[in-house]
Amino acid sequence: MLKVQGLSAHYGRAHILDDVGFEVPAGQVVVLLGRNGAGKSTTLKAVMGMVRPSAGQVLFEGTDIAGREAYQIARAGLGYVPEERRIFSELTVRENLSVGRRPPAQGLRPWTEERLYGLFPALGAMQDRPGGRMSGGEQQMLSIARTLMGNPRLLLLDEPSEGLAPVVVQRMAQAVRQLKAEGLAILLAEQNLYFAHAVADRAVIIEQGRIRWEGGMVELLNDESTYQQYLSL
Amino acid sequence: MENLLLQGLNGLASASSLFLVASGLTVIFGVTRIVNFAHGSLYMLGAYLAFSIVTSLPRGHAGFWGGVVLAALAVGVIGALLEMLLLRRIYRAPELFQLLATFGVVLVVQDVALLVWGAQDLLGPRAPGLRGSVELLGLRFPLYELVLIGIGPVVLGLLLLLFKRTRWGTLVRAATQDREMVGALGVNQRWLFTSVFFLGSLLAGLAGALQLPRESVNLHMDLATITEVFVVVVVGGLGSLPGAALAALLIGELHAFGILIFPKITLVLVFLVMAVVLVVRPRGLFGKAQVAQAAVASVAEPVLGRAPAQLKWLGFFALVVAVAAPPFLAGDYALIVLTDMAIAVLFAASLHFIMGPGGMASFGHAAYFGIGAYGAALLTKWFAAPMVPALLAAPFCAGLAGVLFGFFCVRLSGVYSAMLTLAFAQIAWSVAFQWVELTGGDNGVLGVWPDPWATKLNFYWLALGCSVMGTLALRRIALSPFGYALRAQRDNTLRAEAIGINAFEMRWVAFVLAAGFAGVAGGLFAFAKGSVFPTALDIPRSVDALLMVLLGGVQTLAGPLLGALAFTGLHEQLVRATDYWRLVLGGVILLLVLAFPQGLAGAVRQWWEGRRHG
Repeated sequence: MLKVQGLSAHYGRAHILDDVGFEVPAGQVVVLLGRNGAGKSTTLKAVMGMVRPSAGQVLFEGTDIAGREAYQIARAGLGYVPEERRIFSELTVRENLSVGRRPPAQGLRPWTEERLYGLFPALGAMQDRPGGRMSGGEQQMLSIARTLMGNPRLLLLDEPSEGLAPVVVQRMAQAVRQLKAEGLAILLAEQNLYFAHAVADRAVIIEQGRIRWEGGMVELLNDESTYQQYLSL
Repeated sequence: MENLLLQGLNGLASASSLFLVASGLTVIFGVTRIVNFAHGSLYMLGAYLAFSIVTSLPRGHAGFWGGVVLAALAVGVIGALLEMLLLRRIYRAPELFQLLATFGVVLVVQDVALLVWGAQDLLGPRAPGLRGSVELLGLRFPLYELVLIGIGPVVLGLLLLLFKRTRWGTLVRAATQDREMVGALGVNQRWLFTSVFFLGSLLAGLAGALQLPRESVNLHMDLATITEVFVVVVVGGLGSLPGAALAALLIGELHAFGILIFPKITLVLVFLVMAVVLVVRPRGLFGKAQVAQAAVASVAEPVLGRAPAQLKWLGFFALVVAVAAPPFLAGDYALIVLTDMAIAVLFAASLHFIMGPGGMASFGHAAYFGIGAYGAALLTKWFAAPMVPALLAAPFCAGLAGVLFGFFCVRLSGVYSAMLTLAFAQIAWSVAFQWVELTGGDNGVLGVWPDPWATKLNFYWLALGCSVMGTLALRRIALSPFGYALRAQRDNTLRAEAIGINAFEMRWVAFVLAAGFAGVAGGLFAFAKGSVFPTALDIPRSVDALLMVLLGGVQTLAGPLLGALAFTGLHEQLVRATDYWRLVLGGVILLLVLAFPQGLAGAVRQWWEGRRHG
């Protein structure tokens, strides 16, 4: 579904991504693992058009979307949930959702506010609360729900477990599995191996802007040396 | 008592029209982050267009109100076109570059209005059916003013409904907070920006059109309005509609009652209020911190570097010519222009020092230029000081002002800081203008002649020497450890403070240094002209300095130099060559902005480096 080839990106003169390539098959959850500053977030942003790639291709269902603007990429069917959540704090939950609303995609059940409140019951209880007065976990749910309102076919999730209490992380993992069951493909950037293990089919390890390892999630868990080399602190 | 009521109502009427203009500006700023200096020009266009449309339509209610609405719509379309054809192309340019573009628009619109409607003040028709006055507590109050008082709150209500109840309004509010995220959710920002510009410009046009029965339409409406509206928007908090409404009320009433109580203070009252508000509430009454916009796909700020050797030689060669050639030039005129250029270079370099390495924009840098000029001139006038001591005193006067004003300005950031510099500059200006006993007021300080040894040629060399030494000193400071610390706090205040840099102190010292060097330029200016007038520290002079710096490019040390030479040269030639010099100058600025979104020096450097690598 998504195929990234030879993707490079720079901030000024600093090389952030170097020849990054991987695939996200339809209906699967792929996790991008790596330490802080390895290039996970930048990879997601480059796919989403929020960081302009300096080279490479981003093929979404066969069409190269590299270099397009973020709104065009969103309209093509990619949904992006940023690491910092970036909730519109002045807007209520319902208004936040309405900003994300886009026409439904073919082949997937369209998302409505009611269905999203079903997925995240906590949100349903605070529809008129301003985003600025929500807890971190609630904001994370709202951020995901807001992106789902755009009916994406591929979801880019940037560290959804960051800074959340363990019980909330579990609930988040449940939600991600549920989304997968709906037929969504998901590209996840994570540092939390527990969370990654709970949701991902495949893993891609990135370090210093390069892909170092790629394989099944189960394979990675059995590969002590790879784990030690790239992920342990 | 009755008088108070009348003044109160007058205040409400002006508050109402102030709010109309300010609401448009604040909405545009909220979403696009553009400080639109051309907003006052849109207001003026609204008045002129309404004049033409209303006078050509049949008399009566339909003619008048239809004309007002048509004029507002036309201005809305003009604003949308402005966004589509000009500003859209430079959203990725460095911050403040859009500011330069809107300056260009101000100049062009002024001359277009002059061409189309002429220099005469135009008196528009009165509103049909509203010519009379009503009796309030035994006082007569114009009916039209009463209608105007009502229009403000109605528009506020409609806008609030629009922003609360429609998806478009929700999108605008979301984009005001974090426009990049709105884009990532699939919203085309271009369309959003254009529509916001349409609405904001329409409101400015409407306000202008509604002035028709109140006052004459003239070519000064644009700048007179824009400064006052900036004050309203900043006092209210950038991007906040209720803030703009409250601030408009405050400013409108202050004006009305200020005239009663202390007429002399009215010129400066609004700026005093702004200064006080910003000192107490650094983001205005209702302003909120917004998410820092990530530098999406934009060019990262290049590091200030030393110029390549060849470029240095070129500069050196130019300097040799500048020193050696003038004795062979015929006539004083060339010497006068060259002296002006030398002074302009130093003035621009001093502004660049706080804008480039310091990262603070100043809309009121003329204050320090003017205070230096007045300091030197007053010493000559009251103490018969010779030229050299007077010149030496100039930077200290300006520096002292910098110590005082800077203490408040450098605490704020971004547009708020820039507006506070403007407020202080206006306060300094009104002191020069109104303290007639000391400064001579509008008549200025005359007879500030150089010492006998300083002939035109010697004085030119003196000015050139000061300018070169000053510019080199500023360069040296920018590339010193202090300069590094200054740039560190500009790029990331928190990180800089975490490694022990006192950002406030750095900014303050930089501000005072810049003020001092501007003072040197001002002192030279006083002796070059033989006189000083309040125009030495008025808004247009601050704008000139901004134009020079932005034209040259903030990111390079050579930028202000090139910008000052280009601006002074162009300005001088155009004023001599044509009555419509603003049109040409504005047009040139717009072309330069579109062709070289990195400034002249940035473009030269890019070409230079490209040549070397290619």
